[in-house]
Amino acid sequence: MNTTILLLLFAPLVGFLINTFFGKSLGKTISGVIGTTAIVVSFLCTISLFSQINTDGKEITFHLADWFSIGSIQVNFSFLFDQLSVLWLLFVTGIGALIHLYSISYMHEDENMHKFFSYLNLFVFFMIALVAGSNLLIMFIGWEGVGLCSYLLIGFWYKNQDYNDAAKKAFIMNRIGDLGFLIGIFILGFHFQTLEFLEIKDLLGKDLITPSLLSIAALCLFIGACGKSAQLPLATWLPDAMAGPTPVSALIHAATMVTAGIFMITRMNFLFDVCHEVQNVIAIVGAITAIVAASIGLVQNDIKKVLAYSTVSQLGLMFLALGLGAYEVAVFHVITHAFFKACLFLGSGSVIHALHGEQDMKNMGGLRKVMPITFWTMMISTLAISGIFPFSGFWSKDEILMTAFHNNIPLWIIGSIASIMTAFYMFRLMYLTFFNDFRGTDEQKHHLHESPALITIPLVILATLAAIGGAISLPGNSWLNHYLAPLFAHKSHEAHTLGTTEYTLMAVATLGALLGIAIAYSKYLKKKEIPVADSEVQGLHKVLSNKYYLDEIYVAIIVKPIYIISSFAKKYVEKFISNAVIGLGGATYALSLKGKKIQNGNIGVYLFAFIFGMVGFLVYVFIIRDVK
Amino acid sequence: MNILEQVGIENYITLSALLFCIGAFGLLYRRNAIIMFMSIEIMLNAVNLLLVAFSSYHEDPSGQVFVFFTMAVAAAEVAVGLAILVSVFRNIGNIDIDNLKNLKG
Repeated sequence: MNTTILLLLFAPLVGFLINTFFGKSLGKTISGVIGTTAIVVSFLCTISLFSQINTDGKEITFHLADWFSIGSIQVNFSFLFDQLSVLWLLFVTGIGALIHLYSISYMHEDENMHKFFSYLNLFVFFMIALVAGSNLLIMFIGWEGVGLCSYLLIGFWYKNQDYNDAAKKAFIMNRIGDLGFLIGIFILGFHFQTLEFLEIKDLLGKDLITPSLLSIAALCLFIGACGKSAQLPLATWLPDAMAGPTPVSALIHAATMVTAGIFMITRMNFLFDVCHEVQNVIAIVGAITAIVAASIGLVQNDIKKVLAYSTVSQLGLMFLALGLGAYEVAVFHVITHAFFKACLFLGSGSVIHALHGEQDMKNMGGLRKVMPITFWTMMISTLAISGIFPFSGFWSKDEILMTAFHNNIPLWIIGSIASIMTAFYMFRLMYLTFFNDFRGTDEQKHHLHESPALITIPLVILATLAAIGGAISLPGNSWLNHYLAPLFAHKSHEAHTLGTTEYTLMAVATLGALLGIAIAYSKYLKKKEIPVADSEVQGLHKVLSNKYYLDEIYVAIIVKPIYIISSFAKKYVEKFISNAVIGLGGATYALSLKGKKIQNGNIGVYLFAFIFGMVGFLVYVFIIRDVK
Repeated sequence: MNILEQVGIENYITLSALLFCIGAFGLLYRRNAIIMFMSIEIMLNAVNLLLVAFSSYHEDPSGQVFVFFTMAVAAAEVAVGLAILVSVFRNIGNIDIDNLKNLKG
C-alpha cells in the first residue's frame, strides 16, 4: 500500500524532473510520452486506492516525514486518503492523463514542448498534494504550487506581453485570496493548536466556545476559495487566463485547479456547518457570480472566453450548493463539470488548431462537416452543460436547483436564470462555430481538417463521460451520496425522493434550457446573425461585452489610488529620502577631498605628525589632566 | 658600591631624555634615511638606558630582561629596514625620503 501511495504522489514529480533536466535532449514525442506516463501511473495507483476505500470505507493516513513543531503544534508531511480526496484524485489524474495525451499532438509544433510537459507534471504533483494533504499547511503548499504552475502556463507563450500581463493578473488576484486563506489557517492553528483536518473535526465536535472567531476563520478560508475558484469579486483573472495554451485552460482553468476552492470548503465542511452566516455569504456570492458571469458569457465572441465565463458561472452554482450545505451536490457538479467542460475546452482547442490559432467565432462557421468528431463530442458536452435529459449536467444542475428551491426561492430563481443563459450562450457558440457557412479566409478554408487521433480520442472519452457521468448520483438512488456520507457530520441530504415537486422542477429546468436553445436557434441558425465587433455594440450589450466594466472599476478604485499615492511618494518622500542620503554621501566626499591632502606621501610630514601627536598626547595625559 | 649612589637617578633620567630628544629631532630634520635610522637607534637606546636605570633603582631585574628583548627586536628591525633601503636605492638611485612619494593618496 505504501508503494502505491508513494508512486501516486511522486510519479508526476519524477516526470517533472526528467522533463526539466533532460526534456530538450529527449525530443518532443518522448518528453510528451514521459509526461503522460507519469500521470497515467498516478491514475492507476489512484484506482487501486479507490477500489480499496470503496470496499472497506476506512481512510488511510500516510506519514511521509516530520516537518516542524512550534509549541504544541506539530506539522508533518502526511497525507490523508479518504472518500473525498481519492474521488478528487480520480478525476484530477484521469482527466489530467487525457489532457496530457491530447497535448502531445496539440503542442507538437511548439519549440518548448518539454517545458510545457514539465510544468503540467509539476501542476499535477501540486494538485495531488493539495487534495491529499492531511493538514492545512500541506494543502497550502499544493494551493500555492498550483497557483505558480497556473502562472507559468498562462504565460507559457511569454513573447506576447498581453499573455504575460494575464499571467501576472492571475497570480496577483490569487495572492489576495491566498492571504485570506493564510489568515484563516493561522486563526484555526491558534484556536485548535493543530492543523490536521481530522483533529480539528474532533475538537470542533467538543467545543463551541468562540464561534465568532471560527466565523472569521471560515470567512477567511472562503476568501481564499474565492480567489482560487474565481468568484466575485476576485473573478476577473479567469477569463484573462485563457491566454494560456488550450490544454492548460481545460486542465487548470476548468477541470481541476479552479475547483480547489470547492474542495477546500468541502474538506472543512465541519467548520462551515457551524458558521451559518458564512454559509449564507457563500450561497449569495455563488449565485451572484453565476448570473453575472453567465450574462457576460452571452455576448463574448472569443470561443475560449465564452467557455471561461461559463466556467465562472458553473463554479458559482457549485458555491451556491456549498452555501446551502449540500456538499455532495457540489462535488457531483464538480465531477460532471470537469467532464463536459474539459471536453468543451479540448474541442475548442481542436477547432483553434484546425483554424491555425483563430479564436474569434465571427470568423468560424460550417465546421460541422469537416470536423465531425469534434462537432459531435462538443455537441454532447453542450447538451450536458445546458442541462438536457439524460446527459450528466442535467442531473447535477438539477440537484443544485432542487436544493436551492427547498431552501431559498430567490436563489433558485437566480440559478435558473443563469442556467437558461448557459443554454443560450452554449448553443450560440455551437451554431456560430459549426453551422451555416465558413466565414474565415480562403487560405484557412483550404487547410480545414479533422484533428488527429491523439486529439479526438480524449474528446470521445470525455464526451462519453459527460453523457453518462450523471449515473453516479441519480435522484433516489445516489451512489455518490452514499459513498461520501461518512465525511459529513449532518445527515447527508437524502437524494431528493421523486415527488410531484421534483418532477415539476425538472420539467421547469428542462423547459428553461429548451427556451435558451430556441432563442439561440432562431437568432443564429435561422436568421444567420453574425455578432458585431466589440467596438460597435450599443447599450446593455456594450456593458456586457465590457464585463460590467469590472476591470475598469478595479482600476478606478484600487489601481488609480495606489498610483496616486505612489506618485506622491515618488515626488516628495522619495525625493526627501534620496536627497538626505545623497547629501550625506556628498558631505563625506567633500570632507575626504580635504582629508586626502594630509596623506601626501611625504614621510617627513608623517613623522612630524606622529611625533607631535605623541608629544601632544603625553602633554595632555601627564601635565594638563594632572593639573586639573 | 651601587653605581646609582654615585651618580643619582635624576641624571640618568635627564641623560636619557636628552638622548631621546636628540634622536627625535634627528628623525625630523634629516632627510637621509640612514641618518634617520641612526636617530631611531638613539631613541631606542635612550629608552633602554632608562629601563636599566629604573630596574637598578627598584632592584627589580625584569627591566633589564626587557632591554634584551628590545635589543633583539631592534636588531631585527634594522636588518629589515636596511634591506628595504637597499632595494629603495636600487630602484630610485638615492635614499632621500622626499623622493619616496609613491604612497601619496
